[in-house]
Amino acid sequence: MGKRVGIEVSIAIADAVKLARADVIAAYPITPQTHIVEHLSEIVANGELDAEFITVESEHAAMSCCCGSSAAGARTYTATSSQGLALMSEILYHPGPMRLPIVMTVANRALAAPISIWNDHQDIMAQRDIGWIQTFAENGQEAVDLTLHAFRVAEDRKVSLPMIVNIDGFTLSHVIEPIVIPDQEEVDAYLPAFKPRVRLDVKKPVTMGPVGIPEVYTEAKMAHNEAIKASKRVILQGWKEFAEIFGREYNPVETYRSEDAEVLLVTMGSISETAMSAVDAMRDKGASVGLVRIRLWRPFPGPEFRKAAGKASVLAVIDRCLPPGAVCGPVGAELRSLFYKMPGAPKIFSFVAGLGGRDVTVERFEEIVDKARAYAKKRPTELYEVIGVREI
Amino acid sequence: MITELEKFKGFSAKNLPKEEVLAPGHRACQGCGEVLALRMVMKALGKDVIVCNATGCMEIITSPFPQTSWQVPWIHIAFENAASVASGIESARKVLMRKGRIPKRHVDILAVGGDGATGDIGLNWISGAMERGHDFLYVCLDNEAYMNTGVQRSGCTPYGAMTTTSPPGKKSFGQVTWKKNIPAIMAAHEIPYVATASPAYFLDLMNKVKKAALVEGPAYVHIYSPCPTGWGSAGERSVEFAKLAVETRIFPLYEVIEGRYVISRKITKPKPVADYFKGQRRFRHLSEEHLSFIQAKVDEEYARLVKLAEAT
Repeated sequence: MGKRVGIEVSIAIADAVKLARADVIAAYPITPQTHIVEHLSEIVANGELDAEFITVESEHAAMSCCCGSSAAGARTYTATSSQGLALMSEILYHPGPMRLPIVMTVANRALAAPISIWNDHQDIMAQRDIGWIQTFAENGQEAVDLTLHAFRVAEDRKVSLPMIVNIDGFTLSHVIEPIVIPDQEEVDAYLPAFKPRVRLDVKKPVTMGPVGIPEVYTEAKMAHNEAIKASKRVILQGWKEFAEIFGREYNPVETYRSEDAEVLLVTMGSISETAMSAVDAMRDKGASVGLVRIRLWRPFPGPEFRKAAGKASVLAVIDRCLPPGAVCGPVGAELRSLFYKMPGAPKIFSFVAGLGGRDVTVERFEEIVDKARAYAKKRPTELYEVIGVREI
Repeated sequence: MITELEKFKGFSAKNLPKEEVLAPGHRACQGCGEVLALRMVMKALGKDVIVCNATGCMEIITSPFPQTSWQVPWIHIAFENAASVASGIESARKVLMRKGRIPKRHVDILAVGGDGATGDIGLNWISGAMERGHDFLYVCLDNEAYMNTGVQRSGCTPYGAMTTTSPPGKKSFGQVTWKKNIPAIMAAHEIPYVATASPAYFLDLMNKVKKAALVEGPAYVHIYSPCPTGWGSAGERSVEFAKLAVETRIFPLYEVIEGRYVISRKITKPKPVADYFKGQRRFRHLSEEHLSFIQAKVDEEYARLVKLAEAT
């Protein structure tokens, strides 16, 4: 059994990467991801982890190094945030179709302008379609566990896809939480050594990243899409075995007091903990409210989500991203597509909240539920609303 | 003296490797000086090499899936980042060999890109890789413009040259800037080995590439690569132009070994630069005044190189 300690979540994630015995780490400093890679540097410098730490000159170079390293057959890790993720963007599209199982932590942070170091999900939503498996952690324990799970799933030969674990910047990355740090033997039992199907090897030369002429491009994209859809089985299997070894269960979506609830809040990430408190407060007042939290964002767990939503008549979706000029927030739009023309589909409203580090309090969740209920009675002109905007 | 180079006997007409690492049948233009240079690079390196190719002519002509000209492991990610991809591979191999997960053997890591990929868009990435000291060699195949996208000017386009984005007109005479000195920028990183080479001097080219591979740490070879399509020159004259560029002192051949400049081919009786410009459509609009200016600047730069060689 692992040991339960009070530890900063970033430090715990670095420890998880150490326990995963990463071979190569290429990273560039950016707030609020820095504590993870600082601690990894220390771990490598102390000889606790035998790895190459490449101190690159930009995040674009970090992801480029990761591609090379993974193609050479090394277990490869990086972490970034916000502007760094945006700078990486061009290269983020490569490891998916090239089937390079890089694991990355994204400490989610707002995008400039105006520049903001604080938390929301705009950085990762701008990279929604890069073709990586993506999960969102709610708390520190989950951040550690999902990191180990990510290596396990990404490197599975049936998957061979890169994977992002999203953690909320500051609200998760910088808090000290009680976290069970697993034992090395348990991690070794869970996570076999990385054995890629192909790698850059002079004994068996391969051409990686060739030109995709029109006759093959569609097929290449299709193959990648099929792979990410098929990865769900391995993702679930990875969680099942995780529960067997570590005793902590994970599912693509989680519910909280959702049975028979009329209105369901839908959240991703650490905000869900406040949402649970809000559900308790509203339930105490007799309201029929529950919560569904999305843990697996890509591939999107459609059937699991529909099941979790049950017979709720209203979904109040919290989007921590405001896509200017769009019909509604990305999570709201995803769920509207999922339920389109389904018999008994709930009414879905997107509430944009918690941008750039703005707190979303229990009272805000109550306001969101009240509004969702009111909008369900008469169709609103907009499908989303920005919550908590200060009067100027 | 670099110990790795002491034992190297060098290539000669007698011991040229017969093996073609870069297979024929690729889709380069007729008379392409770049693919000619790349063939020599690969001949010099042999089969114990992993190649990281930047996006560009050499990448597209050699890898239209499902065909490939590469008989060695080859990877292409993007335009600007071949040096970073090479860094990742080098680091991965180091740790995997240390951990006993792959056999211990030396494999050269080659990053290769054009002048745009090297001196413009990729300068950051190359600088980072050189500064970190990865054991790899970077070869720039300089055809003096963005040829793959249709002959746009780059920082390496020579003064006065016509490209599609430096067209001569009523208010312009073509490229207004002098060619960016990428080898000097690389030498400023104080890496063990920097050289310039030309496919017209193929033994010199191959020896330099081999030396770059032999030295421990980062090395850089800048290869002049005639482009008949982009330059408006006859395909069969590519090697001739490569030779003229050296003989006119426009593209001098030299090495920078641990900061020491060594001129590989001293040009004591240079041909006039005008000889080089004849037969290239990209220069035909230039006036006598332009040519005199260029001649003076070429002489000045060569004199500076000679002084560097004397001083170091």
